[in-house]
Amino acid sequence: MSEIAAASAPRGIPARLLVRGAILAGIAVLALLPLLNQLPLGSALRVSDFTVSVTGKWICYAVLALAIDLAWGYAGILSLGHGAFFALGGYAMGMHLMRLIGPRGVYGHPVLPDFMVFLGYRELPWYWLGFDHFPYAMLMALLVPGALAFVVGWLSFRSRITGVYFSILTQAMTYALMLAFFRNDMGFGGNNGFTDFKELLGVPLNTQGARAGLFYAALALLAGSLFLCRHVVSTKLGRVLVAVRDAESRVRFLGYSVTSFKLAVFVLSGMMAGLAGALYVPLVGIINPGEFAPGNSIEAVIWVAVGGRGTLVGAVLGAFSVNAVKTWLTSFAPDLWLFVLGGLFVAVTLLLPQGLVGLFRRRAR
Amino acid sequence: MSGPVLYLDGVSVVFDGFRALNNLSLVVDPGELRAVIGPNGAGKTTMMDVITGKTRPTAGVVTFGDHDLTKMDEAAIANLGIGRKFQKPTVFDALTVFENLELALKAPRDPWSCLRWRLAAAARARIGAVLEEIGLSARARELAGVLSHGQRQWLEIGMLLMQDPELLLVDEPVAGMTDQETEQTAALLRRIAGRRSVVVVEHDLEFVRALGEKVTVLHEGTMLSEGSIDAVQNDPRVIEVYLGR
Repeated sequence: MSEIAAASAPRGIPARLLVRGAILAGIAVLALLPLLNQLPLGSALRVSDFTVSVTGKWICYAVLALAIDLAWGYAGILSLGHGAFFALGGYAMGMHLMRLIGPRGVYGHPVLPDFMVFLGYRELPWYWLGFDHFPYAMLMALLVPGALAFVVGWLSFRSRITGVYFSILTQAMTYALMLAFFRNDMGFGGNNGFTDFKELLGVPLNTQGARAGLFYAALALLAGSLFLCRHVVSTKLGRVLVAVRDAESRVRFLGYSVTSFKLAVFVLSGMMAGLAGALYVPLVGIINPGEFAPGNSIEAVIWVAVGGRGTLVGAVLGAFSVNAVKTWLTSFAPDLWLFVLGGLFVAVTLLLPQGLVGLFRRRAR
Repeated sequence: MSGPVLYLDGVSVVFDGFRALNNLSLVVDPGELRAVIGPNGAGKTTMMDVITGKTRPTAGVVTFGDHDLTKMDEAAIANLGIGRKFQKPTVFDALTVFENLELALKAPRDPWSCLRWRLAAAARARIGAVLEEIGLSARARELAGVLSHGQRQWLEIGMLLMQDPELLLVDEPVAGMTDQETEQTAALLRRIAGRRSVVVVEHDLEFVRALGEKVTVLHEGTMLSEGSIDAVQNDPRVIEVYLGR
């Protein structure tokens, strides 16, 4: 919203160009990390394997934050269950990685993953079919979260369930999915989930090359998502979304179907979160029902609030900065983290309603 | 077009035995500017509700050109070309004045069309013309949130004009306006009338005088008097209703 204001009152370099420059610079710096990881050990500029994989993880989180910001910051749809779309995308990728293990599992079964052998499965459940193909798995990582977003969104928006009621509904959605995925007879590995992956697209995971490849894939997803979101909010569609956020009934009175606009943005947002989850799983090497925990979704909303809601760039900034603090803090005082996170949310709400981006904007004036 | 734009005859609305409208008749000609006044509870808002399809009449005829409005719903009536401005202005504060008008412009309303929407020269000219008409050309690039109360009302009228209605219903446009804004609003409505018909419901008699057109006085759901503002103000029945016995 303020971006529109800034764009319409240009002084010096237009704000839009400044933001674009900052985005490109940020992407360029991130793109250097895997290269610096190739330097010989002991080199002053060398970046550790840990840094590369942690940063790759944050990039996936940043895409999730973008997805939340598109729905919340622009259309006013506060989802407290976006972690569910992220986790579903992750499970789709996880299923593919499990199929690729093939006979290298502990039980050495040619087709069935270890947990199925252990649970006495005779053959693959029907919904596992096709997941040995990479394009199919990626398509599912997009379509399954999209379908869930469509069903939940359609039922809610059509009945004009908005605001906090919708937020509670999405919390229940992710909680219900968590309970379901914890069950062994669901065929998704119960509380252990999937892990011990071997390779992806013929490249053994756990190598420098695979890490770099996944990192660049995540970076490309982030850049693409950011570009797509910035494009969407700059069109008339984006302006209708802002209008829905601020005065929903007035938009309806103008003849727009508010339901279809909310549904469109919610499905798009769910699909983005799904893809982020799909890239996250090979980077961290595990997916289990804990990813559906309601707390995860709330934490992701806090990233967006800290970075600055309704700015897109802020969502990315928030995901990076909050997770940087989390990684640093949990290395020596893990018990403190939840207090810090809660305190951060309160502090940002009271002192920085426009988040970190608001801080920059104030400086610029 | 020949014949009246809007034609109400013998319209009654009964809520639980209470007659909100009682055998009301009203005829509005093409291009006419009509003021409707009356004390609280006279049925002014109910009349608007009947015309826009929000309330169904218990009895009577309501037509717009050849269309029977009593058989249509709100959206269909709006699409026929009847625009209504409610008392409380609602514009989109986070969008600019120009963007507010752009959203109101007649164009496909589905998300996909909006994503692919490009502002053509004709649409830009149309928005420019309405900006000119409502006197906000100089503020087109400003956020609607920074406008004054009066300017917000004009923007809302502008949003109605973008939908190109044949008949404009305006509910208490000058409530809360300064004297100068009230005068400018009267001038705006006079400019709009001529090409389209305008029905204004208002309490403010000074404003109605400034409009300088035919006035209809409602009382207890029925038409009490009709004519120029001077004729109406000198009508003993009107004096009795307004000043009491």
